[in-house]
Amino acid sequence: MTDSWRQPHRLLLVALGALTVFFLLAPTLVVVPMSFTASNSLTFPPEGFSTRWYEKMVTDPQWSTGFVNSAKVAFLTAVLATALGTLAALGTVRGRFPGRNGLQLLILSPLIVPVIIIAIGMFSVFVRWKLAGSIAGLVLAHTALAMPFVVVNVATSLRTVDRNLELAAQSLGAGPVRTFRRITLPLILPGVMAGGLFAFITSWDEVVVSIFLTSARFRTLPVEMWEQVRQVVDPTVAAVATTLLAVTTTILLLALVVRRQAPAR
Amino acid sequence: MSALRGSTGAAGGATTDRPDQPDRPALVLRGLAKSFVDVQAVDGVDLEVRQGEFVTLLGPSGSGKTTTLRMIAGFTRQSAGTIEIDGVDMTHVPPHRRDVGMIFQNYALFPHLTAAQNIAFPLEMRRATRSEIKRRVAEALALVKLEGLGSRYPRQLSGGQQQRIAFARAVVFHPRLLLMDEPLGALDKKLREALQLEVMHISRQLGATVIYVTHDQEEALVMSDRIAIFSRGRIEQLGRGEDLYDRPVSLFVADFIGESNILRGRFERDGEGGWLARGNLRWRVAAAQEDRAALSDGSAAAIVVRPERLRIVGLNDPAVAAPGVNAVEASVRDALYLGSIRKYELMLPDGQAATVRRQVGGGEREWQSGDRVGLIWAVNDAVLVADPNG
Repeated sequence: MTDSWRQPHRLLLVALGALTVFFLLAPTLVVVPMSFTASNSLTFPPEGFSTRWYEKMVTDPQWSTGFVNSAKVAFLTAVLATALGTLAALGTVRGRFPGRNGLQLLILSPLIVPVIIIAIGMFSVFVRWKLAGSIAGLVLAHTALAMPFVVVNVATSLRTVDRNLELAAQSLGAGPVRTFRRITLPLILPGVMAGGLFAFITSWDEVVVSIFLTSARFRTLPVEMWEQVRQVVDPTVAAVATTLLAVTTTILLLALVVRRQAPAR
Repeated sequence: MSALRGSTGAAGGATTDRPDQPDRPALVLRGLAKSFVDVQAVDGVDLEVRQGEFVTLLGPSGSGKTTTLRMIAGFTRQSAGTIEIDGVDMTHVPPHRRDVGMIFQNYALFPHLTAAQNIAFPLEMRRATRSEIKRRVAEALALVKLEGLGSRYPRQLSGGQQQRIAFARAVVFHPRLLLMDEPLGALDKKLREALQLEVMHISRQLGATVIYVTHDQEEALVMSDRIAIFSRGRIEQLGRGEDLYDRPVSLFVADFIGESNILRGRFERDGEGGWLARGNLRWRVAAAQEDRAALSDGSAAAIVVRPERLRIVGLNDPAVAAPGVNAVEASVRDALYLGSIRKYELMLPDGQAATVRRQVGGGEREWQSGDRVGLIWAVNDAVLVADPNG
């Protein structure tokens, strides 16, 4: 009885889901075939097949330095955001102090505040501090943007760790630091690593803040793409985009796999 | 001092060769209190525990026993009062320097470490040598009869095995105190009973001083040297199981430990003891009882008689009128045969119920439902207590 009406209902749901996925993914995936075009302009559908745009990407110093810069910034951001974000998660999940909820909100605010506002704010401050245009400035800015992802991931892991395990470790003679290193950290490691990978991605494809904080001498890959697209529309951009996409997807999948390694319970 | 003790422990000292004076109490609580925002969880607890003693904190949930234990462990800071372990004030000593082994109800084994690594943990924290750790972990595994399971992870062990490992981990460093928070609560009845004896035997064998928290009165009676009955943040009564069972100081204790017949009424004092009066029923109260309860004339009171101290006799039995005996007419409502005992549910003339337990095979007469009988008990077998609800 129920199946007779549920069947078309389900079908509709699946169709709607597929359509949504298509609308979300198609514009992204369209660059992949475009990057293998043989023609000199960005066209869809692509004409012929060639890998010469990839060759250009690798050999052109503008692209390769951008690539190296992006990797550097993303790596440093991941390290810094993971360290700070893990500590912040520890404090807000385990700590008992007034203003805890407010602090939590503050840490997560980069997720809510429009990026352009953050970018303008950071730019005006960093110029004064002589941090604009430097790798340090960009890493700091990206760390602020990436930290919420670490905090969310680590906090989720931390909530699954039985508080009694930490108390047990203390009663057995481990001080707070050793308790963290020997017991808590190993148990939340999947969350920490997932957070780190998300932080890497956040920095890796960040463009708005980067546009403000980079200079002609120091550009990350997304900023380089932005500049190139505005000047010459050359299929190398599609090749770079595909490469970015591949790296991001790989890391995202890695993060999902890592996060699934729930601590042995 | 505490750091020193930790290292002697790790260096292989057994509990017995401690330099302490043997007569110094292992634990002293004085006026211990803990208030949370909206409740007074612990409200002035005094307790002195001898070296090697097994003391159980028994009480219903919310009575303050677990909070007391957590304050001893150092997980919760007391609001008032002091805690002394081996004569040292623990107020400002963090948990990891208290040298106290703790066993949790959910075992709290480290899931990412093997059983052997779990047991080795406190030894590593005390910087024992590798060979020392290896030897003592093997000893501890043997102690809990789990040799050969050292390389298993906690999730590969049964509940009973996990609790044994938790026990081994808590005793391997010969702590000054062993604290257990309902350690057997999660296990089924049979396993729980077996482990009660095992925990008791091993603790004695090690000479460990144990503070044990439970809400299971039978477990408390089985295992403890002394029991502290907790109620509303205070110790209501402290004593051996027999003391609590035979001489409860309050209705709460009488009701909490074992089965009780509670006969409520007004206390009437006379020269040699007094009477408990209830409607037109009056029962004699022994002078010793009157002394102990220190009740004023006419106050609400109750006498408590254990079901096995009650006897059922025929209405015309001479025992009904014997000196030193209280009697009341009753009717048998249910006569239940439970194997080794018979249980009778009786009704008194005023409608109150009474329970009687008698051994089967004592040659006593067997009663049937509907029988009119005399219910008697020795005056000295009843305990007089105040009735706070009276």
